Amino acid sequence: MTWKIVIGLWMTAVIVLGLSLPMSAQPQHWFELPTIPGLEEKARIMFFHVPTAWLASVAFVMSMIYGIKYLRKKNPDDDITSASAAGLGLLFCILATVTGAIWAKFSWGTYWNWDPRQTSIFVLLLIYGAYFALRSAVDIEEKRATLSAVYSIIGAVTMPFFMFIMPRILASLHPEPILNVQGKVHMNATMLVIFLASLTGFTGLFIWMWNLHIRTVRLETKHS
Amino acid sequence: MTAERQVPRASLWQATIAILAKDWKSELRTRYAISALVMFVITTISIIVFALGTEGASLNALSGMLWVAVFFAAMSGLSRTFVAEEERGTSMTLQLVASPTAVLLGKLCFNLALVIGLNTLVVVLYSVFISEFVIKTYSIFVVTVALGSIGFAASSTIIAAIIARANTKGTLYPVLAFPILLPLLLTVINGTRLATEGAFFEEALGEFNILVSYIVAVVAVSYILFDYIWKD
Repeated sequence: MTWKIVIGLWMTAVIVLGLSLPMSAQPQHWFELPTIPGLEEKARIMFFHVPTAWLASVAFVMSMIYGIKYLRKKNPDDDITSASAAGLGLLFCILATVTGAIWAKFSWGTYWNWDPRQTSIFVLLLIYGAYFALRSAVDIEEKRATLSAVYSIIGAVTMPFFMFIMPRILASLHPEPILNVQGKVHMNATMLVIFLASLTGFTGLFIWMWNLHIRTVRLETKHS
Repeated sequence: MTAERQVPRASLWQATIAILAKDWKSELRTRYAISALVMFVITTISIIVFALGTEGASLNALSGMLWVAVFFAAMSGLSRTFVAEEERGTSMTLQLVASPTAVLLGKLCFNLALVIGLNTLVVVLYSVFISEFVIKTYSIFVVTVALGSIGFAASSTIIAAIIARANTKGTLYPVLAFPILLPLLLTVINGTRLATEGAFFEEALGEFNILVSYIVAVVAVSYILFDYIWKD
């Protein structure tokens, strides 16, 4: 209960501050955010888009870790944890894709142009989709847990190849999350604090939703 | 945990060869996978030829379409080796007589033979029917197709083992295989494009590095995880 209230207040603060603090080219006061050349007001998406993309990948890794745990111990609880993480990962992956596409419409002129980042998130989306297609196609619970764990591991092994392949095909226009190419921080302290607070808030939200989902599924399996 | 099986009488190598021979024999009796692959290749390539009509396409698009034909043909035939075991109800017997590693390797070799045949057919038909598709650097092309075949066989074998255990085998196969095969596909398409552009062999070394690491990664992960998929 306290957890829920704390996250609620925290996220409200992040949303209000992230959207309302004024931006200026030369910030004079602590409450002003710096203008990033080429992004201007559109830079505010970073407070919400980057955490969702981050959680989409974290959830994938978490799902794989609990999948490995399941393969080692065969404890059905680990499968529930793994599948719940994947479900939330899919949700955050869709959020990251949609917010990114909307931002791209205003920054690049099109919703979708197969930028390396867009391609990577698209493949992650495909893997999540395939993962749930596989889960729905296996009836025996034990078999479903094993096969989906195996599939998420295979996905996690082939996913990193995109990091090497995509730059060979197309240069990315995507702004770097925190550092630019020269390794210089564009953000001032206020911006960084809001960004990190948002990252923490979203991660807390994820953990809360994850926990809730695990408990719901556990109850469902117990009473069915 | 999976308990270690008693070492079978035959060595791993002999068992692998035996499984390959068994699959090959049963394939020759029904010719299911081979006819599916051949018909799919012919269908896909004729669609490409009809779609192009008299207009030529860019080399980039042609290199891509070559692998589109390979991908869909592979998706029609390569799951057969595992699905047939489930349909005939012979997977239990196979679990008793051979170690999982031998089964995986045997099926991998069988699929590799199919993919190499498939790729040869696609390349021959492609060069016969599409005159714009001219390979300028043969060394790049041969290495790309060879490494691409091994990678294709490796990924499609492990995914076939997974979907053989599921209910909707046919539709699930491309759905599961595509995200896994995409890094491979993008790289072989790039390699093919370089070969048609007449690039020097050294320029494609980056592609070959990616292909070799992809093959090593997929084969290693298949080897580790196959026990879990195969054993009931």
